[in-house]
Amino acid sequence: MIDLIDVHKHFGTKKVLQGVNLTIPRGESMVVIGGSGTGKSVLLKCILGLMSPDSGTITLDGEDVTKAERDAFLARFGMLFQGAALFDSLPVWQNVAFRLLRGSLKRPRPEAREIAIEKLRRVGLTPDVADLFPAELSGGMQKRVGLARAIAAEPEIIFFDEPTTGLDPIMAGVINDLIREIVVEMGATAMTITHDMSSVRAIADKVAMLHNGVIQWTGPVGQMDASGDAYVHQFITGSATGPIEAVR
Amino acid sequence: MNPAAALTARIGRATLGLFGAIGRLVIFAASAVSHILRPPFYPREFLSALLNIGYLSLPVVGMTALFTGGALALQIYAGGARFSAEAVVPQIVAIGMVRELGPVMVGLMIAARVTSSIAAETATMKVTEQIDALVTLSTHPMKYLTAPRVLAALIVVPALVGVGDVIGIMGGYLVGVEQLGFNPATYIKNTWNFLETADIVSSLVKGAAFGFIAAVMGCYYGMNSGRGAQGVGRATKSSVEAAAVMILAANFLLTNMFFTA
Repeated sequence: MIDLIDVHKHFGTKKVLQGVNLTIPRGESMVVIGGSGTGKSVLLKCILGLMSPDSGTITLDGEDVTKAERDAFLARFGMLFQGAALFDSLPVWQNVAFRLLRGSLKRPRPEAREIAIEKLRRVGLTPDVADLFPAELSGGMQKRVGLARAIAAEPEIIFFDEPTTGLDPIMAGVINDLIREIVVEMGATAMTITHDMSSVRAIADKVAMLHNGVIQWTGPVGQMDASGDAYVHQFITGSATGPIEAVR
Repeated sequence: MNPAAALTARIGRATLGLFGAIGRLVIFAASAVSHILRPPFYPREFLSALLNIGYLSLPVVGMTALFTGGALALQIYAGGARFSAEAVVPQIVAIGMVRELGPVMVGLMIAARVTSSIAAETATMKVTEQIDALVTLSTHPMKYLTAPRVLAALIVVPALVGVGDVIGIMGGYLVGVEQLGFNPATYIKNTWNFLETADIVSSLVKGAAFGFIAAVMGCYYGMNSGRGAQGVGRATKSSVEAAAVMILAANFLLTNMFFTA
């Protein structure tokens, strides 16, 4: 279980997180929604330790993430980045098997390659993709490779940062379905940040809305449409009028 | 605020900024050295860096040294003629190439070719979240990106300087023998007899120092790049400028250390 308690983060004079409280239960898929620039990515990076919160506590199964042993802590996570963040200098299979080629999870290269190809198959890519370089792939294929990399070491917790950004609606649907299938199949805890409502409905068990640096509303995805929260209503209907300023 | 106070405040801020920047750079360089010494090590990345920094720099280093040596021979011959000292061409070309021009030219070529490439690649990795991805894959970016490159530069740039020295002397020899009418055997003998071990050691030490500076600057500016294409461009430009200035400053300090004691 991931717990965020009164998390604050600012950049210069801009207060991005102003007391975030959020619980992500084990085995659930939590989707954090919110407008651009509301601090969703910052929240995710604070959990992973890529950024340090100014104050507040973030715990994973009761252990403060800032005090956890880094390698063991990170070994529990997989992450799909917004732009896939594949390593340009490595072929696809080495990207997918990156964790299996070095560090505590190191396997012999042939075995790591086998696992990479199996994970590529799992995300709908054929083995001939394995030896291509990321620059030779389309945006959708890069996202799939990023997804394969995120699940390669079978992590307990997977983070998805804007998984469908930049994809056409059909490919976005394919990625959403893959994420849902994989999360259910692996029994993983998932946290997704997005402002794509089709992703929210496809992926989420629970939804949290981040606005003005705090969680405005949280609840099961089935209750989202009838949440009664003006911020959530405006966001999911995409209305220009409401409590969220259209010009930010 | 009165103008004098405003000026003082501005100078104070600039001084603090300068010392802050120097401090960050020194801490980064110290961290790079500590990551070179502590496991895990990444031999594939190290070998790749050796190939990129060393082997692939050979053509540009060789051509630069060849033409520099040739031009040096012509200048010494023309200058020496003013006081009937044309015969010192082999000795001065040798000492000039080994002590100064070889290391400095190679250092600047490495700054242009390697520092820029490291900075641009690392900055692009930062902008596209590849460095964050490394962290989430339990891989320390300093260990995976910086340590192998700095170690490779530390080892291979002295070798490049050695190659540059030899090719530069050869450039002087070609001009001396083919154009200025020197006897080939006498030219080689005068070169060989005039050089001392200290000249060669100073050349190689300079090479190691310049390699370290070039790689550290590329990694530092790349890792600290701003956002977007402009951030990558600025990081690349700043890394080359800083590396070139620091190489020339280090050359002055090392020359002072080796030859004025």
